[in-house]
Amino acid sequence: MNTPRAGLAVAGSGRLLANIMHFARVLRAAGIPLGPGTVIDGVNAVCAVGVGDRDDFYWALHAVFVNRARHRELFDQAFHVFWRNPRLLERMMSMVLPSFDHPGAVSEQALRRRIGEALQGGADAGDGEPPATEIELDAALSWSGREVLQEKDFEQMSSDEIARARAAVARMHLLLARVPTRRYRRHRQGTRVDMRASLRAALRSGPGTIPLERRRRGRRPPPLVVLCDISGSMGRYSRMLLHFAHTLAADRGRVTSFVFATRLTNVTRYLREKDVDAALERISEAVSDWSGGTRIGSCLDEFNRLWSRRVLGQGAVTLLITDGLDRDAGEGLGDQVERLHKSCRRLIWLNPLLRYADFEPRSAGVRAILPHVDDFRSVHNLSSLEELADVLSHVGPRHEEGVSQWLASR
Amino acid sequence: MMTRPRRVIIATMTLPDNVDATHALLGAGDYVADRSLATAVFLSLTLHRPLFLEGEAGVGKTEIAKVLAGTLGRRLLRLQCYEGLDVASAVYEWNYSRQMIAIRLAEAAGDVDRERLGDDIFSRGFLIERPLLQALEPHDQGPPVLLIDELDRADEPFEAYLLELLSDYQITIPEIGPIQAAQPPLVVITSNRTREIHDALKRRCFYYWVDYPSAERELAILALKAPDADAELSRQVVAFVQRLREMDLFKLPGIAETIDWAQALTQLDVLELDAAVINDTVGALLKYQDDIAKVRGSEAARLLDEIKTALEDGRAGG
Repeated sequence: MNTPRAGLAVAGSGRLLANIMHFARVLRAAGIPLGPGTVIDGVNAVCAVGVGDRDDFYWALHAVFVNRARHRELFDQAFHVFWRNPRLLERMMSMVLPSFDHPGAVSEQALRRRIGEALQGGADAGDGEPPATEIELDAALSWSGREVLQEKDFEQMSSDEIARARAAVARMHLLLARVPTRRYRRHRQGTRVDMRASLRAALRSGPGTIPLERRRRGRRPPPLVVLCDISGSMGRYSRMLLHFAHTLAADRGRVTSFVFATRLTNVTRYLREKDVDAALERISEAVSDWSGGTRIGSCLDEFNRLWSRRVLGQGAVTLLITDGLDRDAGEGLGDQVERLHKSCRRLIWLNPLLRYADFEPRSAGVRAILPHVDDFRSVHNLSSLEELADVLSHVGPRHEEGVSQWLASR
Repeated sequence: MMTRPRRVIIATMTLPDNVDATHALLGAGDYVADRSLATAVFLSLTLHRPLFLEGEAGVGKTEIAKVLAGTLGRRLLRLQCYEGLDVASAVYEWNYSRQMIAIRLAEAAGDVDRERLGDDIFSRGFLIERPLLQALEPHDQGPPVLLIDELDRADEPFEAYLLELLSDYQITIPEIGPIQAAQPPLVVITSNRTREIHDALKRRCFYYWVDYPSAERELAILALKAPDADAELSRQVVAFVQRLREMDLFKLPGIAETIDWAQALTQLDVLELDAAVINDTVGALLKYQDDIAKVRGSEAARLLDEIKTALEDGRAGG
């Protein structure tokens, strides 16, 4: 093929070639999958339309780099930031300043944090100067290896570490222990005869025999229900755990997610959004009680009344993510947790407060929840999340063993 | 318990041609329907699309299909869904013993053309038809009513399997090919919402949410289903149940529970509700210990006072 080379030669005359390449890298980092072939196509497209008109230039790259509806917005924003629209660049600078505690502020921005960070990465490769504020920020961050990141508390992570932790979370898999279904599948050591398969085999084999084919019960992971506390005391953990919930929902079917603080919101549909930033943005739009106080009892009551029959029906495993700090001082909480426990296959309580070695179940909320959960685990860093994945991958003990073990280890 | 004899219906009624006629049709089957429900049923009958009924347990979803079959003089084919429901019990199964005999006979006769034998034993004659396939067969009384009950209990793969049936009224058997319905059956699907049914399936149906009835309608239903109950008692029963549905209970009583309770009270020769009677029989209405504990005792007495005053007022006003 001669055309690409010819295109490269023309474009290579200026800095345009390098810039298109960096732009493609920014897009790739922001989540649009682009291979080197596409980059060459992009250069050729730009050569074909010429660089005289900004609009032509935009649509030429658009035609090559975007092939999914949901990538259009991402491309648009990245384009304007990268190719120097000063007003937007300004907004981006304000945006890149970390503000994790104010999700509302983030959601107002049309820009995604990801583009900011992707651009940062691309920028020091040669194109343009990164804003001064970012350098300060970077100076504050020190490179921490994977192990350090594993053990570091989410609360103490810098924005860069948070980003890397999120990437790690996005790669996680949660293999729930598979439970037998009532559906049969062919299996050589099965306990039942698969008549249909046997008769087919009889036609293949010689006369006089009908070789028996067997089948046994199939297995599949049970549904998963995530109940995540997003009150102020959960702070950064709840955002990280929503990332975790997003990964779970993308990884497998039958995941239902709720967030609660003072009232309960079903966020399953939002988490189905492929792009995790867009998903979280839509959640913060939909949820009005973010970072407020918690009323665990009344939220669980609402869940039990309105949702439990709809989502716990098929033996679901439930993750209850909360620190147990309840504004109503645990009033009525015990009954609700008991009901929840009785309606699901397994109730696992994830509590970030458990990271403190001297954590004692003192608060009324914690004492109300503890007697009714099957397992009680900490989620404050990456390795605890990975452990969780590990624990869920085999059939765990019911309440007696699960929590009494933890209590005994105190 | 059906004390009133069902009206005799002349076989093979023609389909109703407007909503009023549909309403009358359901009424003829002793089903007290809302106009909105009659509209959904009418649309489903005329446009040949399945009717998807969702609602809490005991609000009369299944009954709709039974009444339709009864009043239209059609055969009712019922498929009760459960976890693990598969093609072999829902659609068709091969008659294995006959197939085996056929193989043996062919071998005894020295017929060794296995290709042809394969075609023979996997033909329609060796097929055992289950409800879904039966629904596509031509019937003397006209296309049957196919009730797919509690679809939420079946698993997702089965739901996906239904898509072909519901959109084209056709079932594909790998060995035979597609089997198309001579006349599309009237399909009624019910769900208790113990899980969400996929949008793709709902999209192919007319959706109707069967709600708890109004006091007036519930009273009319009681008059039909528990005709032996005293009129005053029925009024009190309905008022009490309606009041319970306003409370934060884990499981609200459905119409089926109201009927059960009215019949139970009639059996006990109760002519008027009082707190003691409610305490003794509340198990017919509420099925969760927490709910019963909430209602029993002083709360029941308070509710009873409330509804009695309301009924008195209503009578004085009327």
